Amino acid sequence: MRFGVVVFPGTWSDCDFHYVISEVIRQPVKYVWHRDRNLADLDCVVLPGGFSYGDYLRAGAVAGKSPVVEALRDFVANGGYVLGSCNGFQILCEAGMLPGVLMRNECLQYRCQSTNLLVENVETPFTRGLRAGQVLTMPISHGEGKYYADVPTLAALKARQGIVFRYATADGQVVKAANPNGSVENIAGVVNETGTVLGLMPHPERAAETAMGGTDGLLLFQSLLGTLVEDGTFLKR
Amino acid sequence: MAGTEPKVTPDLAQSLGLTLDEYHRIVQRLGREPSYTELGLFSALWSEHCAYKHSRVFLGRLPTRAPHLLQGPGENAGAVDIGDGWAVVFKMESHNHPSFIEPFQGAATGVGGILRDIFTMGARPIAILDSLRFGDPADLKTRHLINGVVSGISWYGNCFGCPTVGGEIAFAPEYAGNPLVNVMCVGLVRSDRIHLARAEGVGNPVFYVGNKTGRDGIHGATMASAAFDDEAEAKRPTVQVGDPFTEKLLLEACLEAMATGAVVGIQDMGAAGLACCTSEMPARSGTGMDVELSAVPQRETDMTPYELLLSESQERMLLVGANGRDEELRRVFAKWELDAVKIGEVTGGPDLVVRHHGEEVAHVPVEALADGPRYEKPYAPPAWLAERRAFDPLSLPEPKDYGETLVRLMGAPTIASKEWAFRQYDQQVGTNTLVLPGSDAAVLRIKGTRRAIAISTDGSGRQVFLDPRRGAAMAVCEAARNVSCAGGRPLGVTDCMNFGSPERPEILWQFAEAIEGIAEACRALEVPVVGGNVSFYNETSGTAILPTPICGVVGVLEDAGRLGTQWFKAAGHRIALLGPDAVSLGGSEYLWTLHGRLAGRLADLDLEIERRVQSAVRAAVGAGLVTAAHDCAEGGLAATLAEGCVTGARANGGVGCEVTVEPGRRLDETLFGEGPSRVVVTVEPARQREFEALMAESAVPWRWIGTTGGERVIVRAGEVVVNVPVDRIEHAWRNGFERHMA
Repeated sequence: MRFGVVVFPGTWSDCDFHYVISEVIRQPVKYVWHRDRNLADLDCVVLPGGFSYGDYLRAGAVAGKSPVVEALRDFVANGGYVLGSCNGFQILCEAGMLPGVLMRNECLQYRCQSTNLLVENVETPFTRGLRAGQVLTMPISHGEGKYYADVPTLAALKARQGIVFRYATADGQVVKAANPNGSVENIAGVVNETGTVLGLMPHPERAAETAMGGTDGLLLFQSLLGTLVEDGTFLKR
Repeated sequence: MAGTEPKVTPDLAQSLGLTLDEYHRIVQRLGREPSYTELGLFSALWSEHCAYKHSRVFLGRLPTRAPHLLQGPGENAGAVDIGDGWAVVFKMESHNHPSFIEPFQGAATGVGGILRDIFTMGARPIAILDSLRFGDPADLKTRHLINGVVSGISWYGNCFGCPTVGGEIAFAPEYAGNPLVNVMCVGLVRSDRIHLARAEGVGNPVFYVGNKTGRDGIHGATMASAAFDDEAEAKRPTVQVGDPFTEKLLLEACLEAMATGAVVGIQDMGAAGLACCTSEMPARSGTGMDVELSAVPQRETDMTPYELLLSESQERMLLVGANGRDEELRRVFAKWELDAVKIGEVTGGPDLVVRHHGEEVAHVPVEALADGPRYEKPYAPPAWLAERRAFDPLSLPEPKDYGETLVRLMGAPTIASKEWAFRQYDQQVGTNTLVLPGSDAAVLRIKGTRRAIAISTDGSGRQVFLDPRRGAAMAVCEAARNVSCAGGRPLGVTDCMNFGSPERPEILWQFAEAIEGIAEACRALEVPVVGGNVSFYNETSGTAILPTPICGVVGVLEDAGRLGTQWFKAAGHRIALLGPDAVSLGGSEYLWTLHGRLAGRLADLDLEIERRVQSAVRAAVGAGLVTAAHDCAEGGLAATLAEGCVTGARANGGVGCEVTVEPGRRLDETLFGEGPSRVVVTVEPARQREFEALMAESAVPWRWIGTTGGERVIVRAGEVVVNVPVDRIEHAWRNGFERHMA
């Protein structure tokens, strides 16, 4: 599977994603500059974390209008996969490719910590190797990760099973104490209607090696690769 | 332009921070009166901050040689070889004065400044550590400062994309009017790709790159070279304003430009801005420079030559390019949407010639600017010291309940968890951080190799106050011991010397003694000082801070898979104490927290024992014989054990312990007394024989003191003297600092 990792001015998880893709899951990967519109030779585009364009105006707002993100629409329409983590999730929301917005954390401070994620939707290419109710551990690192959507948007999102991850306790309880940023209904990650665009605030690339404290983030990549061979049986159940 | 400039007089020179004598020296050096612009150049470059006027005679005492040293003091940062073709570049710097005046931007630009020092060397910054000192967090003004400093560090470091992996925060009333913000940065570079701040090659173009210049931070270096009075906040305009996004672009652009091979030399425009770069770079190379200020990118109108030279606007560099490769360089900076403007060229010297719209506004030998005065001022120990030292802590009553005393100490802000601050910092970007904040040392892997580096900062103002020489030596030892506990072999030290006014003999004595102490410890441990920074005038209205040298140590682990952390992993592991018995309550956290006293003598320091203990711990960690290794520091043996129980990941729950100690002279001294060269380790029973054999070989004093397990911390000294649930200790430790900030 051919991956592209987008680099905006101010992106900083680009190298980390690149490392995991090339050195851990051993797939072909290249960097994609924010002015590039040519995504033709890619199967999956990663929008990594960082402060694209300094996150001036609003987090992800300027990047949401960039040439590469404009090109993403066609890429998605043609069946390409998009994984947006942290700033990437913010950008996808700002670009209108995912519903909702990400606001300043409720505590008004940046938060870097480990979180537990309850898996709700296993019908996406990114989660099909998982089972519903499984709890993944991945770190977050953001100041603006409070997910918000108005009532009709939220209802529509739920109706189509668009919520993929919620912040939870280690045993899968979705409670306020497990919510690190004040996200509505503990939402940590959502997908688009076709399930091919996933946005999440946590960092799967930081949870992809035992040395880094865990490998749950790798499951997203392994699920994705499994979609190509139509076989998820090698994955952790 | 010249018509609107103030007339140069000795009075004007003095108002800019120069002494009358220094002014006469300038006139003598030039053979004429300086112009207003020239006077500005001298006032900045001859400030204490830039010229190290009072400290240079002492700094020469520090050992700066080692086989693995690639770059010692005198450049933007130092560098050591870590093997496999890689070097780490590191340095610590203070931003104390700006952080008191404007804590958020002061701390943020402190981070920005040290990041630039690292990447001007061609290294990608991979770790930040902050050593912070404040007054009592129960005080409202102090909480404002803590909040501002921590959020400033968080804002700049997180946005830039360099993880904050360690450091320490300590509290004492002496820092209330003068907090310390010392930031250390570590970067990684191929050892043959280090860039230096040189202006080589006559005719090579001089480029201004990065952010535009404004009127912010003018005379920041001069501000940082004077003590504060009640009017300190009126100096807020001298604090710069940071832009971490631009810094990130500057990082990428500089590294990309260096990769082209067209960069001859490069220096960060930090303190004293353009003035500093245009004189220091040619001075290092025995050349000169000719620059035209009207070409400097500006974000304000009508800036004078004086303002352009002295502005400390952030995120700027001066770059000397290879002749004929201008276009290549311009293209790289254009890609990152940054200015890269040719403002002059390297000349044969010996002068710096500055023009504005073609008119010459300064013409000075670079040597005269870069080689400021050095003073040998009188120094003498303070009269009150003998009495402070003579105090015997054992003249105070013994605590009635040792368990409660331990709980109280674990909740003292200096010992308590600093998670409130660290969770605001990105600790993992770069995916190298193997040991996150909260252990003795941070550990980062070096991708593409089996190696890792361990980093720690340390420095106790209380200990240095009571005994500057021994206290400073202990700071080096403790930082190095922390690195050894993680399994790292110390390779280099960076020191940040925070003191009061050197014009007072007792302060200069503290400084001179501290330098000797650092030098002695570095020689004994065979680690060079690779660079650092001196921050004098840390005093407000005549009251100085505790003398605080902070030492940052970087070490290398040959095998990233064999690293040490401080927390107990499981029940049933045997606990050993390595090192001497000699401890003291003098200057201890116990004496301060329980009795509000700062007095007494420090424990003895035997540098040979220190070296052996560190080497034994490293060997044990490297052989995989220990499951935890933790330096005995604030709070003594009892707090060290309690930390072993509670500082692991919250998910693990605590692991209790049961130990037996000899009561010694008195039990409070034995349990809470502090002394160097001591480490607690845990060993699985199956590895006990191997461990014992290694210790016998290492010739260090050591003994078994107990076992991990259970849900309580139990200490016997004949009878049971401490018996406290781990939960209670953990609660005190988690909330001791955070309760003030929540």
